[in-house]
Amino acid sequence: MGRKLLLANIDVPGIRGFDAYRAHGGYAAVEKALRGMSVSEVSAEVNRSGLRGRGGAGFPTGLKWSFLDRKSDKPRYLVCNADESEPGTFKDRYLMHHLPHLLIEGLIISSYALGVNTCYIYIRGEFKYIVGILERAIREAHQHGFLGENILGTGFSLNIYVHPGAGAYICGEETALLESLEGKRGNPRIKPPFPAFKGLYGCPTVVNNVETLATVVPIINMGGDEYARIGRGKSTGTKLISASGNINNPGVFEIEMGLPVEDFIYAPEYCGGIANEKYLKAVIPGGSSVPILPADLMLNTAKGEKRLMTYESLADGDFVSGTMLGSGGFIVYDEDQCIVRNTLNLTHFYRHESCGQCSPCREGTSWMEKVLYRLEHGEGKMSDIDLLVRVAKNIEGNTICPLGDAAAWPVASAIRHFRGEFEYHVKHPEVVKNVHHGALKIEKESLIPDSGTGVNYW
Amino acid sequence: MEYNNIITHPKFIKEGKTVAFSDEIMAKVQSLIRRYPDGQQKSALLPVLHIAQEELGGFLSVDVMDYVASLLGIQPIEVYEVATFYSMFYLDKMGKYVIEVCRTGPCAISGGEQILAHLQDVLEIKPGETTSDGIFSLKEVECLGSCGTGPVMQVNTEYYEKLTPGKVDKLLEDLREYVNRDKQGDSSWAENFC
Ligand SMILES: Cc1cc2nc3c(=O)[nH]c(=O)nc-3n(C[C@H](O)[C@H](O)[C@H](O)COP(=O)(O)O)c2cc1C
Ligand code: SF4
Ligand code: FES
Repeated sequence: MGRKLLLANIDVPGIRGFDAYRAHGGYAAVEKALRGMSVSEVSAEVNRSGLRGRGGAGFPTGLKWSFLDRKSDKPRYLVCNADESEPGTFKDRYLMHHLPHLLIEGLIISSYALGVNTCYIYIRGEFKYIVGILERAIREAHQHGFLGENILGTGFSLNIYVHPGAGAYICGEETALLESLEGKRGNPRIKPPFPAFKGLYGCPTVVNNVETLATVVPIINMGGDEYARIGRGKSTGTKLISASGNINNPGVFEIEMGLPVEDFIYAPEYCGGIANEKYLKAVIPGGSSVPILPADLMLNTAKGEKRLMTYESLADGDFVSGTMLGSGGFIVYDEDQCIVRNTLNLTHFYRHESCGQCSPCREGTSWMEKVLYRLEHGEGKMSDIDLLVRVAKNIEGNTICPLGDAAAWPVASAIRHFRGEFEYHVKHPEVVKNVHHGALKIEKESLIPDSGTGVNYW
Repeated sequence: MEYNNIITHPKFIKEGKTVAFSDEIMAKVQSLIRRYPDGQQKSALLPVLHIAQEELGGFLSVDVMDYVASLLGIQPIEVYEVATFYSMFYLDKMGKYVIEVCRTGPCAISGGEQILAHLQDVLEIKPGETTSDGIFSLKEVECLGSCGTGPVMQVNTEYYEKLTPGKVDKLLEDLREYVNRDKQGDSSWAENFC
């Protein structure tokens, strides 16, 4: 078993409440940072830890913090991204549900380092019950002097507020999130300017993922250098992986970076192997937006090396034979799952969630969905397969935000690795029409008519 | 000039009712507004719309949206454009229990499709419809962030996980009972903000 830095105390009874959390070393990192460390010392520890953003992009957290405009005389904000809507990802919910104080503690230390006095947690609206859990934790932290005015007598003041979204995947994208927090539609902004200069209310803002901010706590407790010794190369520390699909033990696991993918899938303390004694067919390892890989490429790289759970190893081979760690949403498919059907299901998701600002994303996602629908239902032509590749290519890189890429990659990678399965759908329409294959279905009525857009514009 | 004719939407329902929060809820709403800097009270729009939808009839009628606009000192259109963007806001009258079934990949490959089919069979409605007794509405939604315990659905934002057709039957039965005893279900938005 690897080391647990975030989930070590998850089984302690009552750990959701302040008293049990405090009794097990909670808020020691806040005391250490606020009483004994300068603002720049805290940032330096985070820098040395090599921590990379856990929200999906893996951007170094220390570097992001260093971009924050500290010369501006406007207030600065820290916004915690708890929108967690990437299919396959449910680690932040688990962390907030069980260890709300760990997040609050991370927010206090990070706000101190960033010179922030107001912090918002933007949480997806569907997690309504977690709003209550977080609000209670915030109130407890206030009662014990860890939030509010003059925390621990240090002169540092901080308020944390929970802000619910209302059902929109796109609001996980950081600039759409800021728009939404300002009470608007979740339309991503054109960057630059980046939030570090013009973020919430036009003020310098840092947006970080829940897990990223919680990880600041063990980093301060153990020191950045010690943290960086865990893991492998530039993938330091531990990572929460949420595993779902056709496996024996779906759930959230804290792994040390560098664990072989094969061990993660088959070891009893992790996924526990494929359910119902089936074979592994494919994996999407980082949330639905990252490329799907067939079993052989998932377990070993194209060079024949064991693939590891690190940013680098998962990306080995780029998009030709690699994928991405992304948000750590590890979706496992067994031999019975139909890749065409799955790709249609995910494309339906992106079409539904596109905000509609950019034509390539808005039109491209609904076009791809229609073509995939044809193929899946035995009505496709051979030329449809290359048409899909072309549409995906024309979306990629041509949009305001990365949702366009996120919609294109699953389609492109499915065809790259499973072209035979797409061709089979064209050659054997009677089979795909009549035999129940795979478990994913789309109703024809839900497709967008040709004249319409993918969005509920009026 | 008659502006009401310009600001219409095929789905908008205007009931011509006067709506207002109770004093207790209003106090909560005012404290939510104070969480944002001066002049940024529009930021409270999403949380206030959640409360409004829950307290004032279960969906966002034009009357409710106009009321929220007046509370936040913003134009009605600023509320309409938000209400039409987010999937948790309803523009139509909904059943007492809104059943939202996750249809996305991870849930679908672990039995979600069968759950949706089963619900359609027993309730005799399709996604987007409400039973004639007004008790249940059925909706398909995207990933609910609970893929490891799929298939998943929410009933009025309360999670039900690792579903089987048998569990669904039992739940529907319980909910029908609650209708008569008027159980509210999960904690309200206003309660969650403390
Ligand atoms: C379409 C889209 C959806 C996203 N959803 C989330 C999300 O749900 N949670 C999250 O933390 N980051 C999400 N991100 C990434 C954020 O934009 C941002 O990079 C992240 O919150 C930064 O935090 P980090 O540096 O700590 O990872 C999303 C990005 C895109 C393009
Ligand atoms: S890429 Fe898609 S989701 Fe992103 S801004 Fe453009 S239309 Fe909206
Ligand atoms: S796919 Fe259903 S909860 Fe994520």
